Amino acid sequence: MTRAPLSLKIAALGGLAFLHVPLLFILLYCFTTEEKSYAFPPPGFTLKWFGVVWERADIWAAVGLSLKVAALATVIALVLGTLAAGALARARFFGREPVSLLFVLPIALPGIVTGIALRQAFGMMEIPFSVFTIVLGHATFCIVVVYNNAVARLRRLSPSLIEASMDLGADAFQTFRLVVLPNIGTALLAGGMLAFALSFDEVIVTTFTAGQQSTLPIWMLSELIRPRQRPVTNVVAVLVILVTFLPILAAYYLTREGEAVAGSGK
Amino acid sequence: MHLQTSTATPAVRFQGVERHFGHVRAVDGVDLAIAPGEFFAMLGPSGSGKTTCLRLIAGFEQPDAGHIEIFGETVEGLPPYRRAVNTVFQDYALFPHLSVGDNVAYGLKVRGVGRAERDRLAREALAMVKLAGTETRRPSQLSGGQRQRVALARALVVRPKVLLLDEPLGALDLKLREEMQSELKGLQRALGLTFVFVTHDQGEALSMADRVAVFNEGRIVQVGPPEEVYERPATRFVARFVGSANVLEAAQAASLGGAARPSSLRPEKIALLAHGAPAPEGVAVIEARVIDVSYQGPVRRVTAVTEPGLTLAAAVPASAAGVIAGATVRLAVPAAALVPMEGEG
Repeated sequence: MTRAPLSLKIAALGGLAFLHVPLLFILLYCFTTEEKSYAFPPPGFTLKWFGVVWERADIWAAVGLSLKVAALATVIALVLGTLAAGALARARFFGREPVSLLFVLPIALPGIVTGIALRQAFGMMEIPFSVFTIVLGHATFCIVVVYNNAVARLRRLSPSLIEASMDLGADAFQTFRLVVLPNIGTALLAGGMLAFALSFDEVIVTTFTAGQQSTLPIWMLSELIRPRQRPVTNVVAVLVILVTFLPILAAYYLTREGEAVAGSGK
Repeated sequence: MHLQTSTATPAVRFQGVERHFGHVRAVDGVDLAIAPGEFFAMLGPSGSGKTTCLRLIAGFEQPDAGHIEIFGETVEGLPPYRRAVNTVFQDYALFPHLSVGDNVAYGLKVRGVGRAERDRLAREALAMVKLAGTETRRPSQLSGGQRQRVALARALVVRPKVLLLDEPLGALDLKLREEMQSELKGLQRALGLTFVFVTHDQGEALSMADRVAVFNEGRIVQVGPPEEVYERPATRFVARFVGSANVLEAAQAASLGGAARPSSLRPEKIALLAHGAPAPEGVAVIEARVIDVSYQGPVRRVTAVTEPGLTLAAAVPASAAGVIAGATVRLAVPAAALVPMEGEG
């Protein structure tokens, strides 16, 4: 192994700092005593904003809605994404390539396009905006994440495993439960967590598909225009970082272990 | 072991079975009857339809035409999990997330056998394949040969009526392969079970099987005991694919004292005759010029051209003297060694 030159190390550190120092500032201003602007250095430190957040019902309503939407969108994505992956991982049929492209497209498509398209579709079908419409909007891109994870794992799985299971007397449901699911479980968990995290901080599609409800990111956006109690948004932002970062970290470690297991099939 | 294929209900019967993939007729009109308790080999090059036939018995493929019976029961349309046959897969297909014991017990589990009972049966099956004590290990911790034994135990523990083996020895090294060959044979005899195995290795088919079906281009070109398939190949394809053979045209066969039919002649049937020695009764003696000699351990393989331009391969004892390229030798061809071939292909 060769040692990296000093200049490369400095560049790498600079890149990391550029990505992560702003996050530290978010954390720093949770504790500031100045509530109208972000002066540096903060004039004083206080814990009172945590108390303020704790007592504001609108924040907790938004957090609750976001969790609910993310959970529902993730469940939909897990079911549909797994089914789609099962269909497209191995089988060869006419139109397979276009279909798999269409599945992945929503994540490449700008959220604003997805948002407008869904808004118009809901409008034409006279579906009133509700939690349900937000969930559907989020499910469009959550499915992709689950699908991608599941399809990659399924393709690594020896197809004769499924045949062996059926050969030994297991019907399709038993085979799915006893052979397929255990082998793609970690991939689904990782995909599900990623989907949850994506949904939890989604703004654009939500803006177009939400009615009067505001999810947490929407609430933060509207809060930015208010001149007072600015550190409240910082406190909430730190909460969001925790809620999204921990599952992604867990997903990372789970899929890493999963590779060792799935790769040992032959 | 002599088996009467006509009397008892066959373990497996194919009647005019066809399986097409697009325009490819992978199996193109196969008839066969495998007797109960028989060790049956399906031999052929890749793409000859032998593996598809195995998958048709297992139920992974359904025939496009024809009729398949397993012990008298029609199985068309029956999924693999409703057939009393089990498969040992070429890549073994052991479940990576289960221990060796749970792999073997899998078939019992899905049949609703209780934990204690299925653990006991799995232990017995593993002991039968000489893997006692490996129950708690993972398949990834076993060697290739051990994995194959686990696959065997897993298929046998559910007591199939027919055991299917897809290139069972293909992935093993030579030493292990020979060991497994005799072990499979012993197991089959002890259990009295019908074994159907697919192979592209003619040596494997000849040494293990009671009967061999030779496949070519989706059809069976010859079926019979190994001795018959080897000694009396029905077609040019069989003569060349099973072992090696000289294939003679009708006139060439007649000139050596055989029938005026296309015939096969095994190299080891040709002997060298010393110069001046008299020709024995019923043996044609021809002079030929050696063009190539290759040493193969017990024998030397000699390629020689006769005066009329016939190229013959002969396997002679490695000790034979004076056989070098360019030398003229006398080849003795017994008329009985010329085997007329009836079939085409």
